[in-house]
Amino acid sequence: MMALRRINRSLLYVVLIILACLYLVPVYVVAVTSLKANSAISLAEMWNLPSSLSLSSISAAWAQLGPNFMNSFELAVPATLLSALIGALNGYALSKWKFKGTNVIFFLILFGMFIPYQSVLIPLLRVLDMIGLYNTIAGLILVHTVYGIPITTLIFRNFYVAIPDEIIESGKIDGTGYWGIFRHIVLPLSIPGFVVAGIWQFTQVWNNFLFAVALTNPPYQPVTVALVNIAGSQTVQWNVQMASALLVSLPTLIVYIFLGKYFVRGLLAGSVKG
Amino acid sequence: MKGWTHASQGARMSVRRRFSWDQFSAVATLIPSLILLGVFVYGFIVWTGYVSLTNWNSFIPNFSFAGLQNYINVFGTFRFQSDLRNIVVFTALFIIGCLIVGMGLALLIDQRVRAEGLFRSIFIFPMAISFVVTGVIWSWILNPGTGVNLVLKAFGWKTLPSWFLSTTIVPNITLGQIQVGIPLALLAVLIAAVWQMSGFAMAVYLAGLRGISDDIKEAARIDGAGAVRMFWSIILPQLKSTTTTIVIILSAASLKVFGLIYAMTGPGQEFVTDMPSLNMFQTTFQGDQFAQGAAIAIVLLLLLAVFIIPYLISTLRQDSSS
Repeated sequence: MMALRRINRSLLYVVLIILACLYLVPVYVVAVTSLKANSAISLAEMWNLPSSLSLSSISAAWAQLGPNFMNSFELAVPATLLSALIGALNGYALSKWKFKGTNVIFFLILFGMFIPYQSVLIPLLRVLDMIGLYNTIAGLILVHTVYGIPITTLIFRNFYVAIPDEIIESGKIDGTGYWGIFRHIVLPLSIPGFVVAGIWQFTQVWNNFLFAVALTNPPYQPVTVALVNIAGSQTVQWNVQMASALLVSLPTLIVYIFLGKYFVRGLLAGSVKG
Repeated sequence: MKGWTHASQGARMSVRRRFSWDQFSAVATLIPSLILLGVFVYGFIVWTGYVSLTNWNSFIPNFSFAGLQNYINVFGTFRFQSDLRNIVVFTALFIIGCLIVGMGLALLIDQRVRAEGLFRSIFIFPMAISFVVTGVIWSWILNPGTGVNLVLKAFGWKTLPSWFLSTTIVPNITLGQIQVGIPLALLAVLIAAVWQMSGFAMAVYLAGLRGISDDIKEAARIDGAGAVRMFWSIILPQLKSTTTTIVIILSAASLKVFGLIYAMTGPGQEFVTDMPSLNMFQTTFQGDQFAQGAAIAIVLLLLLAVFIIPYLISTLRQDSSS
C-alpha cells in the first residue's frame, strides 16, 4: 500500500513536470531565439541553444520598440490609477450604502465589461476625433479609464463586501459622514484592493490591442501595435521578432512574477462573484 | 429627564438627516460613472445600431435609411458565413479544451503537491501576456516550415501538419456558400488560445475544489467510492456552478477573440481562421464599409448578450439573496 502510494506520488510529479515543461516551451523558444545573433540563425537550428550569447537581437528590437514603450507606460499608468480610483469610489457606494436600485446599477455597470468593443468602435472614433483626442495618448487614457470602470468597480465592490458592516456602523455612530468614513476608515483598509485592481488594469491596458490599433497611428502607437507591425514585416528577422515579443511581455511578466498572488485574485474577481 | 429625551430626539433627527444626506452622496458618487458608461457603452451601442441601418458604406458618411439591407448583405457573404462557422467551432473547442486541461491541472495541483505555488504560477503566467504576443510566438512555433515540425521530423513523421496554413475542413459539408466542418487551421490557433487561457479555468476550479467540504468527500470514501467514482458523483456535481462561471467567461473571451487571430494568422486563406471581430475591423476601417461593419458588430454583440445577460442577472440575484 505504501509502495503503491509512493509510485503514485512519483507519477503525479512526473506528469506535473512534463506539463510545466510544455507550458514553458514558448518561453524556451523566445529565450533561445532572442539570444542568438543574426548571423547565427538557421531555421534548422531553431530549437538549439545559442552557441554564444548575443544581445544584438534584443538591442535591435529595442531600437524599434523603445518609443512605443514610453507610449505604453504613459498610457497604462494614468489609466490604471484613474480607473482604480473610480472603481474604489463606486465599490464603496455599491457595497456599503445599498439603496433601492443598487443591483440594477451594478448590472448596468458590469455589462460594459463583457461587450465586444467593436460594437462601440465607430462612434468612439468619431467622438474622439470631434474632441481632438483621436490619435493621442490622452484619448487612449480616457478610453481605457472608462471601459476599465466595470472591472475595477467589481473588484472593489467584492473587496468591500468582505469588510464588516460593523466598522462602517461605528463610524456612523461617531457622527462621521459618507466621505469621512471613506477617507478615514475604508481607504486605509483598501491597499490590497488597489493592488489587485491596479495590477489587473495595468496588465489589461498594457496588453490591449484593439483600441490601440483602431485609435492611434505612428508615433503614438502602444507596444502591442508596434510588435504586430514588426512581426508582419517581411524584412525583420525572426530573432528580432522574438526579442520584441520578449520585451513587450516583460513589464507585465515582472509584475506577475512579484505580485502573482494579487493577479490571480483579479483573475478570480473577473468571474463576478467575490 | 425631559431634557435628555429632547437631546436624544434631536440627535436621532440629525442622525437621520445625516443618513439621507449620506445616501444622496452614495448615489452622487455613482453618477459620473453612470454618465460615462451611459454614453460610451449604451449610447455608442445605440449609435452603432443606427449606423448599421444606414447607407454609410463609403468614406463619406451617409445616414440615409437602408433598413436591414446591411444585415442581409453581410449574412450573404462567403466571409461572414465562414466567420459564423469559425466562431462556433472555435468557441466550442476552446471551452472544451480549457475545461478539460483546467480541471486536469487543478486536480493534479490539489493533491497537496510540493512547490504548488511554482506549478500554479507556470500554468497561469500566459494570462499575463498579451494575445498579440501569444499570436506572434505561436505563429513561429507552429510555422509549418520550422518550429514543431522540425521536432516531428526528427521523430520520423512523414506527413507533417501544415498547422494554421491548412485549408482543409473536416468533415466538409457544403451548406450555402461555405463548407461546414472544423477548419484544421483553427486547431493551431486553439493550441495557442488554450495555452493562454487554461490557467484561468485551473485557478477557478482550484478555488472551487478547495471549497468542497472534506465531510462530503470523507462520507463518500467511507461508502467505498473510488477515485473515479468520487470525481464523477461528488466532485463534478459540486463544481457545477463553478463550471458554468468558467464557460460563460470563456465564451465571452472567445467570441471577442481578435488580437490573437490578427497577430497569428489573419483571416487566413479562404477565411479559414477569420472571425466576426476581425471582419468588422477590416470591413469598417480598411474597407470603409461603416454600415456593414456596424451590422457585424451588432450581430457579435447579440451573440455575446445571449450568454452574458442571463448570467449576470442570475448571479446578481443569488448575490443579493444570500
